[in-house]
Amino acid sequence: MIYFDNSATTKIDPTVLATYQTVSEQFWGNPSSLHHLGDQALQMVQSARQQIATLIKRQPDEIFFTSGGTEGDNWIVKGTALAKRDFGRHLIVSSIEHPAVLNAAAALEKLGWSVTYLPVDHQGYVRPDDVRRALREDTVLVSVMAVNNEIGTVQPIQEIADILADRPTIHFHVDAVQAVGKGLFDQVLPARVDFATFSAHKFHGPRGVGFIYAKRGRVLTNLIDGGGQEQNHRSGTENTPGIAAMSKALRLALSDESAKVRHEQAMRQKLLDFLSSLADITIFSPRTTPAAPHILCFALSGVRGETMVHALEEREIYLSTTSACSSRSGVESGTLKAMQVPERLATSAVRISLDAQNTDAEVTRFIQIFPEVYQRFQRMNGRSH
Amino acid sequence: MQYTEITVRYGELSTKGKNRREFIGRLNGNVTKTLREFPDLKIYPKRDRMHIALNGTDSDAVMAKLGQVFGIQNFSPSITIPKDVELLKQTALAMMREHLPAAKTFKINTRRSDHNFEYDTNQLNLLLGDYIYDQLPELKAQMKYPDVTLRVEVRRDGIYLSSQTIKGAGGLPVGTAGKAMLMLSGGIDSPVAGYLAMKRGVAIEMVHFFSPPYTSERALAKAKALTAKLAPYVGTISFIEVPFTEIQEEVKRSVPEGYLMTVQRRFMLRLAAALAEQRSALAIFNGESVGQVASQTLESMVAINDVTTLPVIRPVATMDKNEIIKIAEEIDTFDLSILPFEDCCTIFAPPRPKTKPRLDKARYYEAQLDGATLMARALAGIKITEIHSHDDFLQTDQDQIQSIL
Repeated sequence: MIYFDNSATTKIDPTVLATYQTVSEQFWGNPSSLHHLGDQALQMVQSARQQIATLIKRQPDEIFFTSGGTEGDNWIVKGTALAKRDFGRHLIVSSIEHPAVLNAAAALEKLGWSVTYLPVDHQGYVRPDDVRRALREDTVLVSVMAVNNEIGTVQPIQEIADILADRPTIHFHVDAVQAVGKGLFDQVLPARVDFATFSAHKFHGPRGVGFIYAKRGRVLTNLIDGGGQEQNHRSGTENTPGIAAMSKALRLALSDESAKVRHEQAMRQKLLDFLSSLADITIFSPRTTPAAPHILCFALSGVRGETMVHALEEREIYLSTTSACSSRSGVESGTLKAMQVPERLATSAVRISLDAQNTDAEVTRFIQIFPEVYQRFQRMNGRSH
Repeated sequence: MQYTEITVRYGELSTKGKNRREFIGRLNGNVTKTLREFPDLKIYPKRDRMHIALNGTDSDAVMAKLGQVFGIQNFSPSITIPKDVELLKQTALAMMREHLPAAKTFKINTRRSDHNFEYDTNQLNLLLGDYIYDQLPELKAQMKYPDVTLRVEVRRDGIYLSSQTIKGAGGLPVGTAGKAMLMLSGGIDSPVAGYLAMKRGVAIEMVHFFSPPYTSERALAKAKALTAKLAPYVGTISFIEVPFTEIQEEVKRSVPEGYLMTVQRRFMLRLAAALAEQRSALAIFNGESVGQVASQTLESMVAINDVTTLPVIRPVATMDKNEIIKIAEEIDTFDLSILPFEDCCTIFAPPRPKTKPRLDKARYYEAQLDGATLMARALAGIKITEIHSHDDFLQTDQDQIQSIL
């Protein structure tokens, strides 16, 4: 099996799973309980928080645990809108955000907020000038993702941060879900960023757990009220094993980061060179400009993305039609549409998303197998070579 | 900059005449204990200064610890170089560069104990001043109140350069003023009282009253953690845990509510005094502040202080709460102090304690109890722990947790 769908989810690391199990068995007290079992669990949660804060160079009281990326995005978008509704009701989000951001913004639109959806250029980059032009007196949020999940563009976060430097009250959110372990933190989390979203299962952690970074002094309205956990901002009994496992997974993801990034880049380059050599293949991911090392999105003209996915699946190669979230619903890719890729071509798009655990041998094998599939489709389309 | 030595200048002890030797000896001991984690240091306690050879140890880490030791006026990190004029110029220049761009003016201050050196002090002042001015024209020489004074000392074994003087903790070396017991509750005030006691050279031992199940293990751990916060000033502190449950229950059973607190406090002070005697301490310190709560009115102090003739010293007696909190924050005990665990002072606090208890009544009610037996049993049950600054009491499972994460 060759798993090339790591942007959809990653396989949990066995040692992370061991942490999950150990913590479930030995630290099962409720962190809010007064007795020793509670105290132990609380220490576990707080130590995990400290470790995560250190790893992303922030403070522990700026880390809030969530159920994952979707909750984080919703919290920051809606929580900003609610907290700042007396100051302004205008939000700016890029048109290639994850649906968790886009649909949270759309929900607010229905309730009376106004939303500017930033366009992207043909390569899939937000233009900082468009951010500048979209800013209004009543703008309260700018949300631009770090790494696009469909094509892997690294967005110009620093340039946008510079533009927002003299608008310090605007919340600047960066969805960093696809940016973990890719050598990008310094680039996509500059000091001006107020909020960032993370999800454990994208970096070999368990499902159902994530965290947000929320800069000290920035206020979000709570979306989940209850017993007052997470500094009274996100209630619900802490997911102690998930949190501990995520903390460990993050530590592992960031260790030897540059070597892993080099390995991913090399694999991606090999695949890119190979696919570029084939006729009727269009590459949507950036070739040279700022690109994540792990995502490669392409299309074979005339073959629907889902057909390609299933054809490769027959040969035990797993990848996705662009983002896995939308692939089942059959919705065409938001990012490619925003890039003004013609619909016919966009429906052919598939995404390879690599991980450091993938091997050169897997890449070689893909390059051996893919031509069989490719030629079959080319013959069918009357384009034999 | 990679410094080679730290020069320590003594505080008030320079004025202490014949006691000087004892003071320097005590300071040397305290510095040695405080810097124990740095094995490569070598400490030379001289008559007018102490020299700490770094031998490669990071000077910032050492100075952070040194800043907590009482009895030190100030200290300077310095570099020792061989007696070579060219090297001297380069080192002086590198040192001055570190002060840019904040510094605008400078001065060279040379001392020479090696009179065989080829240049005398005036020549060296001029030579170095000219060189630095040529290389860094943005710096102006200024003899009165310069931003930076570069001190150069030509000694027999080499040339010592320093350009920073860092303020020390002041006060007197802990231990030079004798030993006392500190009644440590776990609140904000008593750790501050302990800090102030040590600042005046008093070595303290902690007396903490532990009343399970009315107070939790966590409250005990918190008191120990607070002790660990005060340990860097002296190295280690003895923590004496006094079992207090039985006395509290007996007092509660037989003393009218209005006098519960007064009688309970009398027992605490009496126990502290008994421990002081056992352990050759000369006084008792506590964190009482006049009028802060019912037990801290002058009337209450009269009714409580009655049980001992030892001096009961209250360093924060006349401070406002805000002033006490400010010190607590400076010595990093505040965040621990406000952790919400019950301590023995709050748990049996009656709803309406007497703010003006009468001494005669307090004595009368107390006489209903078999005080001697209760005292003896409590004293027989004490536990003494030596606490170091790096001990961790609240994070007991950290080793396991770190291995899991």
